[in-house]
Amino acid sequence: MDLLLPILTGILYAAGLSLLLHRSFMKMILGIIVMGHATNLFLFVVSRLSREPALLGEGEASLSTIADPVPQALILTAIVIGFGIQAFAIVLLKRAYQSKKTDDLDDLTRTDSLDEASI
Amino acid sequence: MVNLLLPLLTPLFTAIFCILFWQKVKVQKVVFFIGATLSLYFAGRLLWYVSQHGILSIQIGNWAAPFGITLVADLLSAGIIVMASLTTLLVACFAQQQLDSLRMRFGFFTILLFLLFGVTGALLAGDIFNLYVWFEIIMVSTFVLLTLGGTKDQLEGAIKYVGINFLASSILLAGIGTVYGIAGTLNMADLALKIPEIEHSALVNLTAVFFIVGFGIKAAVFPLYFWLPASYPTPPVAITSMVGGLLTKIGVYVLIRFFTLIFTNDIGFTHEILIVMAGFTMVVGGLGAFAQNDFHKILSLSIVSQIGYMILGLGLFTSMALAGSIFFMVHNILVKTNLFLISGIVHSSNNSFKLKELGGVYKRLPIVALCFLISAFALTGLPPLTGFWGKFLLATAGFETEAYIITFIAIGTGLFTLLYMTKIWNEVFWKKDPAIETTKEQFPSQFHFIKDNFFLLLPVAVGSVLILYIGIFPEIFINYALNASEQLMNKDLYINAVLNR
Repeated sequence: MDLLLPILTGILYAAGLSLLLHRSFMKMILGIIVMGHATNLFLFVVSRLSREPALLGEGEASLSTIADPVPQALILTAIVIGFGIQAFAIVLLKRAYQSKKTDDLDDLTRTDSLDEASI
Repeated sequence: MVNLLLPLLTPLFTAIFCILFWQKVKVQKVVFFIGATLSLYFAGRLLWYVSQHGILSIQIGNWAAPFGITLVADLLSAGIIVMASLTTLLVACFAQQQLDSLRMRFGFFTILLFLLFGVTGALLAGDIFNLYVWFEIIMVSTFVLLTLGGTKDQLEGAIKYVGINFLASSILLAGIGTVYGIAGTLNMADLALKIPEIEHSALVNLTAVFFIVGFGIKAAVFPLYFWLPASYPTPPVAITSMVGGLLTKIGVYVLIRFFTLIFTNDIGFTHEILIVMAGFTMVVGGLGAFAQNDFHKILSLSIVSQIGYMILGLGLFTSMALAGSIFFMVHNILVKTNLFLISGIVHSSNNSFKLKELGGVYKRLPIVALCFLISAFALTGLPPLTGFWGKFLLATAGFETEAYIITFIAIGTGLFTLLYMTKIWNEVFWKKDPAIETTKEQFPSQFHFIKDNFFLLLPVAVGSVLILYIGIFPEIFINYALNASEQLMNKDLYINAVLNR
């Protein structure tokens, strides 16, 4: 378990990065989503895995075996923020496809191109 | 305590009131201007309070630091909050006349206030994760502003902006995770105490690099700035003025905060990277701006070039260099917003942004040409305008620390700035209007243009007068910058104010 989660995080980062670099806008969004998941898992791994839930019963004073609650709160916030942005990105994809009729990111060069010189 | 919360909560409540009057634009305008003026007043009061009583901090929910969420205001934060409120007011004054009614009806004022709310929160955050959440608020508000109206170019620019900024957020989150893993806390004052005690300096440097890349993307430094000229020129001018003048400077603010408070133990590594990035940013931004042939794109790449100066001040890491950076931030927010608004007025009168199709504005609207000259000379660094004082502070700091190469690059970039500003002046204001031969239309006299477009010219006039004032009587502002940088270099002031020792 201690080795499996970091390896999984690495695989997700690699998959996310590879998807991010694809030509299709849909795959780029998928890459963003997968990288978001990978980052959340990374936060989880960083907080020292434990099998005990982050709860203190009556009379218990041992803090070393329970899970750390702060990263769990961070991950929840990150998941929710990521979800909101994914929703926006998917609607943006739909509108961009409707207006440009193409899913190919290499066709989106109008905003990067140099206008004609006046001389 | 109230002083700290008022500049934060006023935009939020005004935004909520604006939502209550959804689709009633006239009422929204009144509510907005009352709220924005109140925000500016409260921000000014916060700045006055901090300059009298030192760093102000409150703990949300009364949970003691470092366990709870802290809001901290020092001189730098308070000053930038004042500039942000001023920018919002000026841009909204321009937008309510020029922006088309459809955009205004569908929530422009609300989102502008949410953007101001996010910016104020990011400037007041004392906890890294809270800072991340405020940056997400800024990011989503900017998404909405960039795509409001949904033209083809806007959607294309938004795709590029969304993609790279979401990547930046993921990198930031990874950095936050690493910081928590090695230090066990996310409160900035507590981190300032704990990070120097960590033996694995390689891990600390890794975290520093995560933050340089993540916030570097937000601040548009080289080589992370390519989203800026692709996405900023696409929305209407009012929106570009707001985001272009303000958001990258918030990224620079966060870099200054992190690299003067937290990551100061390996200056040879982290601040060297910052100096090299600054040098490249200045040169590449300047060359890029000179190569463009569109008014907006030149100004967008000019943003990138000026960011290089601010990062340079941070990289040199002396009191005078940071003062130069801070003065530059204040001056640049004002001048950039002014320049973008002037480009909006030119668009109103000539209906184009392309340099090929523009011309003759000096003959038609000499007042606008005068405002452009003041702003452009301020940007270039001609005495006695504001840019001169900023560059003077930075160059003095550079010579004091014997960083000769980068100081010469900084002074040389002033020449690049002059080059592209002269290009704009020649193409837009000086040369004959190419449309005169084709349309043969009579342009209304300047007096009639001003009468019809009064609210377009008012913020530009206010901005130009402020630039002249700050340039000719810079003493208060330079003292402010020096005091703010003293506060930054002296970490204990911040740590004691937050942790109540």
